[in-house]
Amino acid sequence: MNKTTEQDVSNPVEDAFVADAALAPAFFAWLCRMGDNALILGHRVSEWCGHAPALEEDIAMANTALDLIGHTQMWLGLAGEVEDKGRDADALAYLRDALQFRNLLLCELPNGDMGLTLMRQFLFDARHHLMLEWLTRSASPRVAEIAAKAVKEASYHLERSSDLVVRLGDGTEESHRRMQAAVEQLWPYVDEMFVTDAVDDAMAAAEIAPRPCDLRKEWDETVRSVFAEATLDVPGAVGFAQTGGNLGRHTEHLGYILAEMQFLQRAYPGASW
Amino acid sequence: MYAQMVKSEGMKSRDEMSPEELAFQDRIDRGEKIEPKEWMPEGYRKTLIRQIGQHAHSEIVGQLPEGNWITRAPTLERKAILLAKVQDEAGHGLYLYSAAETLGVSRDDLMEKLHSGAMKYSSIFNYPTLNWADMGAVGWLVDGAAIMNQVPLQRTSYGPYSRAMIRICKEESFHQRQGYAIMMKMAAGTPAQKEMAQDALNRFWYPSLMMFGPSDAESVHSAQSMAWKIKINTNDELRQKFVDQTVPQAHYLGLSIPDENLRWNEEKGGYDFSEPDWSEFFEVIKGNGPCNRERLGARVKAWDDGEWFREGLYAHAEKAAHRRMAATTAAE
Repeated sequence: MNKTTEQDVSNPVEDAFVADAALAPAFFAWLCRMGDNALILGHRVSEWCGHAPALEEDIAMANTALDLIGHTQMWLGLAGEVEDKGRDADALAYLRDALQFRNLLLCELPNGDMGLTLMRQFLFDARHHLMLEWLTRSASPRVAEIAAKAVKEASYHLERSSDLVVRLGDGTEESHRRMQAAVEQLWPYVDEMFVTDAVDDAMAAAEIAPRPCDLRKEWDETVRSVFAEATLDVPGAVGFAQTGGNLGRHTEHLGYILAEMQFLQRAYPGASW
Repeated sequence: MYAQMVKSEGMKSRDEMSPEELAFQDRIDRGEKIEPKEWMPEGYRKTLIRQIGQHAHSEIVGQLPEGNWITRAPTLERKAILLAKVQDEAGHGLYLYSAAETLGVSRDDLMEKLHSGAMKYSSIFNYPTLNWADMGAVGWLVDGAAIMNQVPLQRTSYGPYSRAMIRICKEESFHQRQGYAIMMKMAAGTPAQKEMAQDALNRFWYPSLMMFGPSDAESVHSAQSMAWKIKINTNDELRQKFVDQTVPQAHYLGLSIPDENLRWNEEKGGYDFSEPDWSEFFEVIKGNGPCNRERLGARVKAWDDGEWFREGLYAHAEKAAHRRMAATTAAE
């Protein structure tokens, strides 16, 4: 028993996909999508540290950010192995420019008020949780292993954000108004979470990950039921969805996030921290 | 040591004490813990509220100088460690406000007093964090100074405060080691990193010494607090202990303490050192430090901007309670 445990710690589980050169470009891109979502949303959430509306929220925000940074380390660490060019999670986080970032636009949007931040979190969590649940059964043992760790935290994130959406949606007139405004503002960024391209098709063909479009139905059900309890209206179909993050085409905001986040690594190249 | 210059009521001699006060003092002298529902002199209660409240406020305001570097932490691991640390501080605030609430004051009342300036937080958090090594210096020096005072306070006479301190000390000593680890990395790094480390030490040295408060000779409130075991050591004892512990650590890092008068005194078995500039300390306490307005302003803004959020939650809780009641009535 002890021996096995020690082996698990020192050696990652065998995973033929990691060294599969034909799959590498798609697998790397997909892992960057997972890692970058966690990194950029984690960054945004961490901006609340010390500024939240109640002490319990300061703690919850720091905790959520911390979980997401932990996920980033796992996803980008594996991305570096798959890429096999000597880049580790830090090199990927701190030394790529916006064009190489693969996060959803939703994750990089500014925090706004606490309502917008929580609504963004809820919309993301509902999809993140579905994704991670699927991934715990991934054909890639390494992906399944990361998902098994991350899904526990993501399920807590969803529980918290959906609970707060309900309470604020069905709170005062003012809190309701703010939550509904947050939905309207963020809705154009929802479709991007379900955009499915050649990278996703390659992952789905290898049974590593689901096609995001296949998660939509269940996501819609979650959102509908939470919004019903929150007395919030689900907006109609968006005429023109905002997309592009998956391919490196971002909002103006990401450049500023990176300028701040990467400052020390860029200003003092090669230093060890 | 996040409580400075806490006002205490005038010291009474045994002859002046009522029978209740005498019995209370005897319990403290026997090392018994005082628990929330038990009788206590009004002065004891008030002094504790001031001290625990000030400590709690310091934890909350203390999130800000470190929060200033979370988005710029140089590696994912450093970012995670810093986030965990700031989260711990908010958690300390929570235990301490809870400990204060056992004395019959609400967290909202204490917050209001912080925001109006009627209650203070530690002077140290009114200094800026200007480079990454400050995250090391804050852990090493500021948490180091805090621990000096908090370790003895684990034995303080008030039960809930003592128990909060036991939990807090465990985390604080972890923070101090993390801070020192950053300093080691910086001091052994590139010339630019070493310069940041020295700069951080230069800026945080004297403000850290101020954390213990003015000399006891000038501290009018110490005697009563010590008799009540709300304060265990004098300010000067703790400051001396801190200097004696920290100087060799600075030497190990290859950094110099910014004090020309610092030398080992064989006779007293400790270092002689320069006093901080106490006029600066009193200015900072009065609200004129480099970051007072920003720090308090940030907290007031967080509170004011969050009003709709808190009210929304209260309103929902009330609605939910009404619905539950209506459902019960209907079922009957």
